[in-house]
Amino acid sequence: MSDILQFIVDRYNYWIVIVLMMMGLYIVISRGNLVKKIVGLNIFQTSVFILYISMGKIAGGTAPIIIGGHGGEHGDEGHGAEDASGHGADAAHAPEASASLHAAPSSLPHEPAANDLGAAAANAPQAANDAPAALHAAPSANDALAAAPQPHGFDVAEPAANAAALASDTLHQASEIIYSNPLPHVLILTAIVVGVATTAVGLALAVRIREAYGTIEEDELEAADDIAEFGHDFSGKTQAGANA
Amino acid sequence: MSALTSQLPVLPVIMPFIAGALTLLLPKGRPAWAWATFFSWLTFAACVALLLEVSSAGAISYHMGDWAPPIGIEYRVDLANALVMALVSGIAATVFPFAYESVRSEIDERQTPFFYAMMLICLTGLLGVAITGDAFNVFVFLEISSLSTYALVAMGARADRRALTAAFNYLVMGTLGATFFVIGLGLLYQATGTLNMADMHMKLSGHDTRVVEAGFAFILVGMGLKLAMFPMHVWMPGAYGYAPSAVSAFIAATATKVAVYVLIRFFYSIFGADFGFMRDAFLFVLLPLGIIGMFAASLVAVFQSDVKRMLAYSSVGQIGYMLLGISFGTKAGLTASIVHLVNHGLMKGALFMAVACVVLRFGDHHCSTFTGLARRMPFTAAAFLISGLSLIGVPLTIGFVSKWYLLQASFDAGFPWAAFLIVLSSLIALLYIGRVIELMFREPASDAPPVREAPLSMLIPMWILVAANVYFGVRTEFTAGFAERAADALMQAAGAR
Repeated sequence: MSDILQFIVDRYNYWIVIVLMMMGLYIVISRGNLVKKIVGLNIFQTSVFILYISMGKIAGGTAPIIIGGHGGEHGDEGHGAEDASGHGADAAHAPEASASLHAAPSSLPHEPAANDLGAAAANAPQAANDAPAALHAAPSANDALAAAPQPHGFDVAEPAANAAALASDTLHQASEIIYSNPLPHVLILTAIVVGVATTAVGLALAVRIREAYGTIEEDELEAADDIAEFGHDFSGKTQAGANA
Repeated sequence: MSALTSQLPVLPVIMPFIAGALTLLLPKGRPAWAWATFFSWLTFAACVALLLEVSSAGAISYHMGDWAPPIGIEYRVDLANALVMALVSGIAATVFPFAYESVRSEIDERQTPFFYAMMLICLTGLLGVAITGDAFNVFVFLEISSLSTYALVAMGARADRRALTAAFNYLVMGTLGATFFVIGLGLLYQATGTLNMADMHMKLSGHDTRVVEAGFAFILVGMGLKLAMFPMHVWMPGAYGYAPSAVSAFIAATATKVAVYVLIRFFYSIFGADFGFMRDAFLFVLLPLGIIGMFAASLVAVFQSDVKRMLAYSSVGQIGYMLLGISFGTKAGLTASIVHLVNHGLMKGALFMAVACVVLRFGDHHCSTFTGLARRMPFTAAAFLISGLSLIGVPLTIGFVSKWYLLQASFDAGFPWAAFLIVLSSLIALLYIGRVIELMFREPASDAPPVREAPLSMLIPMWILVAANVYFGVRTEFTAGFAERAADALMQAAGAR
């Protein structure tokens, strides 16, 4: 019994997705008011946004912005190259991490925030593959800056400077800090824009329908069309269409 | 490779998109039309160049912004989508010049820049859906084309206010379909961690899990709504029936075809042949729904009093043939489906154009308007006759080619009874087209005012499409040949991995 309860509680955001989805769909189907239909569509779409955002969330992950003023001490060319490789590593790593997490979805959104390196490594398998030295941040000025807003993910207890780590600290930072998967966020930003556009077009149509028919109730619209085409109303609602 | 050819794959999407935005700045009327027509031709030229390039040199992979595929967005052109793009842009290149007179009579002149901008944006969306190799891009382009289509359908409100409710219904159902599609994509992304189609296909192999299965089901339903698969077609007669005539001709010939293409692309390039649930979906969803659609929609078409609605119901039935072809799950079936996809675009485009000519002269698309048309507008009537015969599947037309391939495929796949049903439903097409043809050859009412033939700017594009109906019916190596090779490539990619 408690297993089932745990199963349900562990996936509460997926339950929210399903409930919202069904609510939205029900409103679209059952309501005759065109504006309410649009609202139902919006709720339906919102459930999908939550679905996507849930799958992009990684326990203990932070916003997908590269932390650390990398490239500060490098020349312009070096900066470009490192920038690209840093992005590449990050982007390649994020979906894999999320895929592995999704193999066991129950662990996804509810693990305690990863405050120690062990949990961090478990969450981001690629970090574990790196040499342990890579996990030790070199205490350069840059790193101090970087570590300040981001306390976890770094092993600050071992401040020994490491020349190799210093040389490639940008790359390491990309794998040490746990980022949420940025891709679903970007996708959902696009989907939100599409949703806003759809809502705008739908409401504009509702306004035009109101101008043309004098109502936005679906059964009255149907009755008005029936009266226009066949001369009488089949739906049995007598007051409809009189003012159309 | 010169700079132009190396950038060729992106041109069909970029050109109408930018041209569409700039159309809004142009003066009303002729300049906006000329600008849009010019770019539709350029786009068609680019698509034909792409088709020839792919046909001779094999599939092209174009990396957007030079980001390598699994991370960056890839445009992947093979024969299947090159063919669909050639169809879409070809229809656009004939509908745009055709539209001028029709739009002048049906749409407020102040709205013309918006109208042509929407048409170009719609073209962008349709071509984008076809060309992209990124699964989420499909959704974005699909919504670009759908949103502009909603606006275009609503522009028919000047002639008939029911266009507004039709556009609204289309919007609600189209958005539901697109959202189902996105849910499916999300589940697939959750299972694979990638959005690139080829990459997804690799990672999906052997992952016959519930998540993948649910994703497949959502995509099937979502696309089913967009392509008007039989029980989900209710938006279609309204949208096609009340849209401005030029818009009906354009979207009837392209929009649903692109959605069918997306279904084929997802079936073969993403899921692949080895998923057990695909065979179930073919056998228990596509096959019965295709056959029911063939009969039910065609029967409803017989009893329509409005020619545009009749043609829209006929489209639902014709989509049934395409689904039937896919559902065989064989190479022959897929070939037949792709052939019919292209051919149906050509014939429905020509038919709706003929209706647009009638609407221009009579202001009505009721069946009775067609009485005596053979005397009053002989060229329009002849165009309707030939493309109508093509829809029925009379030899020497492309309709016959489609039916021939479908019949062959159904015998190959071991469904000889399906062949019988195909012939039987073609007879229903004979009924509803024959009804209009019979009216056309009646004597016109003696008190009917004389009517001029449609202007040349409409007749020429229409007859180009009619000529294509006959030409590709005789020279089958273009459509059928390309379709066969495209089906071959799709099957190989699905099987080999």
